Amino acid sequence: MSIDLSQFHQVFFEESFEGLQTMESSLLDIDCENLDSETINCIFRAAHSIKGSSSTFGFTEVAEFTHVLETLLDQVREGSRQLSQDHIELLLQSVDCLNGMLTALQSEQPVDTQQSKQLIEQFNCILNGSEPEAAASESASAKAVEETAQSKEVASEAASSISNGDITTWQITFIPDVNLLRTGNEPLRMFRELAELGELTVTAKLDNLPDLPALNPEECYLGWEMYLDTREDKQKIEEVFEWVVDESELHISVAGGLFDFEEDAGAAESLESAQPSPVVEVETPAEVVVKPEKPAVAAKAAEATLGPKETAKTSESTSIRVSIEKIDSLVNLVGELVITQSMLGQLGTEFDLSKLANLQEGLAQLEHNTRELQESVMRIRMLPISFTFSRFPRMVRDLSRQLGKKIELKLSGEQTELDKTVMEKIGDPLVHLVRNALDHGLETPEDRIAAGKPETGTITLNAFHQSGNIMIEIIDDGRGLNKEKILQKAIQNGVIIEQEQLSDEQVQDLIFQPGFSTAEQVTDVSGRGVGMDVVRRNIQELNGGIEVKSVEGEGSTFTIRLPLTLAILDGQLIQVGDQTYIVPLVSIVESLQPDMNLINHVAGGCDVFRLRDEYIPIIKLWEVFGEEPRSRELSESLLVVVEVGSAKVAIVVDELLGQQQVVIKSMETNYKKVEGISGATILGDGTVSLILDVTDLVQMAGDQQNSKNGLKLVSSKTWAA
Amino acid sequence: MAKIMAVDDSASMRQMVSFTLQGAGYEVVEASDGQEAFNKAQQGQVDLVISDVNMPVMDGISLIKNLRALPDYKFTPILMLTTESAADKKSEGKAAGATGWIVKPFNPDQLLNTIKKVLG
Repeated sequence: MSIDLSQFHQVFFEESFEGLQTMESSLLDIDCENLDSETINCIFRAAHSIKGSSSTFGFTEVAEFTHVLETLLDQVREGSRQLSQDHIELLLQSVDCLNGMLTALQSEQPVDTQQSKQLIEQFNCILNGSEPEAAASESASAKAVEETAQSKEVASEAASSISNGDITTWQITFIPDVNLLRTGNEPLRMFRELAELGELTVTAKLDNLPDLPALNPEECYLGWEMYLDTREDKQKIEEVFEWVVDESELHISVAGGLFDFEEDAGAAESLESAQPSPVVEVETPAEVVVKPEKPAVAAKAAEATLGPKETAKTSESTSIRVSIEKIDSLVNLVGELVITQSMLGQLGTEFDLSKLANLQEGLAQLEHNTRELQESVMRIRMLPISFTFSRFPRMVRDLSRQLGKKIELKLSGEQTELDKTVMEKIGDPLVHLVRNALDHGLETPEDRIAAGKPETGTITLNAFHQSGNIMIEIIDDGRGLNKEKILQKAIQNGVIIEQEQLSDEQVQDLIFQPGFSTAEQVTDVSGRGVGMDVVRRNIQELNGGIEVKSVEGEGSTFTIRLPLTLAILDGQLIQVGDQTYIVPLVSIVESLQPDMNLINHVAGGCDVFRLRDEYIPIIKLWEVFGEEPRSRELSESLLVVVEVGSAKVAIVVDELLGQQQVVIKSMETNYKKVEGISGATILGDGTVSLILDVTDLVQMAGDQQNSKNGLKLVSSKTWAA
Repeated sequence: MAKIMAVDDSASMRQMVSFTLQGAGYEVVEASDGQEAFNKAQQGQVDLVISDVNMPVMDGISLIKNLRALPDYKFTPILMLTTESAADKKSEGKAAGATGWIVKPFNPDQLLNTIKKVLG
């Protein structure tokens, strides 16, 4: 029977990656001084499982590598080796290496074994090092491997010799341990196997059989004397007894050859207490085995609880793991929807005006059902943010070692749920922010002590829900943002001019400008030119925002605001010409009728509008999209002030319509990317409405004006940031 | 047809064992750790247990001890899945009442051969 093992590969990869994750987080938890046996067991099990299955599925590179890992872990587990910080470091590196190897295997790429070979070398150094016990155990296992290999060889040799082997008569004496039956071993099975090898003659030795009253039916008192005519060699015969040989007396010799009298004598001695056998007819030993009594175990079975259900494991890139609870609530809601539908259906067949109230009630019910259903469906896409947070303990640990800083990472709100797509895209910006906090934010232990702070710095990652948004905070208790340095740098880079008066908030906001890094040295960790501007842009692409609050000397808090989902948007419907557009509600600051006195025409063809003490550029939507507006007069239009990053712009529209939740349909999937448009949706009356991409729009308007005037607007750059 | 319980915390191994056995016509009960196996074993008699050794919650050795303490499983064949390096585990398993062992890595054919031996 041949089975295609590759069908199990996907599951193997998933569980192995999961195992590696467990190993990593457990390794990070380990306290070398005070070893927790469950933690080390957990790591061992993960390595052991990966080794076992990778060898079964033929991933020998992985199996070989995990073997040394396992050996070391086993010694630690048995207490014969003290785990050191260096070991943990090495094990963590191995986890990374295994991750790499498995990823390569999964995508069917050749595996690079260079790193694993180096690591194996290092493990062997440790294993063969100072501790003799370790070396012994290693060589023992190596020997075991060798032996297996040898036995395989011998077996294959034996197999090949079958055809030309002569028939030999083997004499086999088998006296099993009295407890043989208690291990579920069955002498009949062995006879059957032997019979397959050739002609078998069996005689029972009844010397040990006690009197009937003294006979315990669960024990095996018999021994056997067998003659086997076979072409097979001794090895094959020994294999039959493989599981019982240690506890039994077994002699296999060529019949008629030289008897080993000494051994026989020994056997006889051990049978000293043997009584002369009573004449009992024993046909087969199986009859000696009396079926044991069965007390009421079945009753217990009913109480026994089922083990945890295995949820189907699925590949992350293409599928999603959903809790049964969520599915159940969905099924429930669909049920309600069906009820409402049938109610409305019935109403429709015999409708007259007197039932109008019922109809309205039914429609309200339908709306209610639909909304709940929608929310439930959306919830399926939600995953706890711990999926993203889980990578940070390791990262912080590695970086703090690298930077020579003492850092404690606190995570909270890990169960906060977030749309899967948002989650995937927020990972990199978060990594960047945490790296920054570690590198620029937190001081060295010496500096901290000098500043009268505890030696160990703290970074807190906190996630929570707030008014339909997800908020993620990255808080450090480091040196905070240095206003002077930021200003100096900003002036140096020409982001602002020297005379500009900026509030503290505005100064802090400067770090999100392109090309900004205040670290005195460009370090390994951050300051590679991928600045905070990229972080902000990434977050804005998710319809979110980021801001920073910092107190010099006390630390900084970065707050990221993200929408719960990317699939649905609260939108403001606006009218321009005869088109309806949608502006994401989150980006709208306010809408107003402009006072013409507050509008100024700036040189270069751009209008600005004074909103309290701010000057805001005006974007004419009809100009951008080539629409014919109801009126080109600003005084007859409305302004919708939207915020992009920290900059505001005012969009000119003909009319404000209602607000509603819209389901976003992708332009790229259905048509192609259109500048200034982030997607489309279908309105209640069936018309298609385009959703404005405010960030894009601002950029576009700036470009248009630039090209029109050949002038560079100083502020256009700032808006886009 | 004989009913076999496959116990392993590794889903891929469990699936492989289970698929192989089902393909050969056996009925298979799966469990992902010793405790689950112990519970399921009490709910319905199985004719053979194949168990991994290293598992969370309840390991294979404890499972064997616990099963052997049940009158229904006193003589039921129990095979351990071990690796070649775990010689001490074999004797520990034997002492706990294991019938025998299958050494990892094994392929489906080896597995079936061993099981045929035990179940006849």
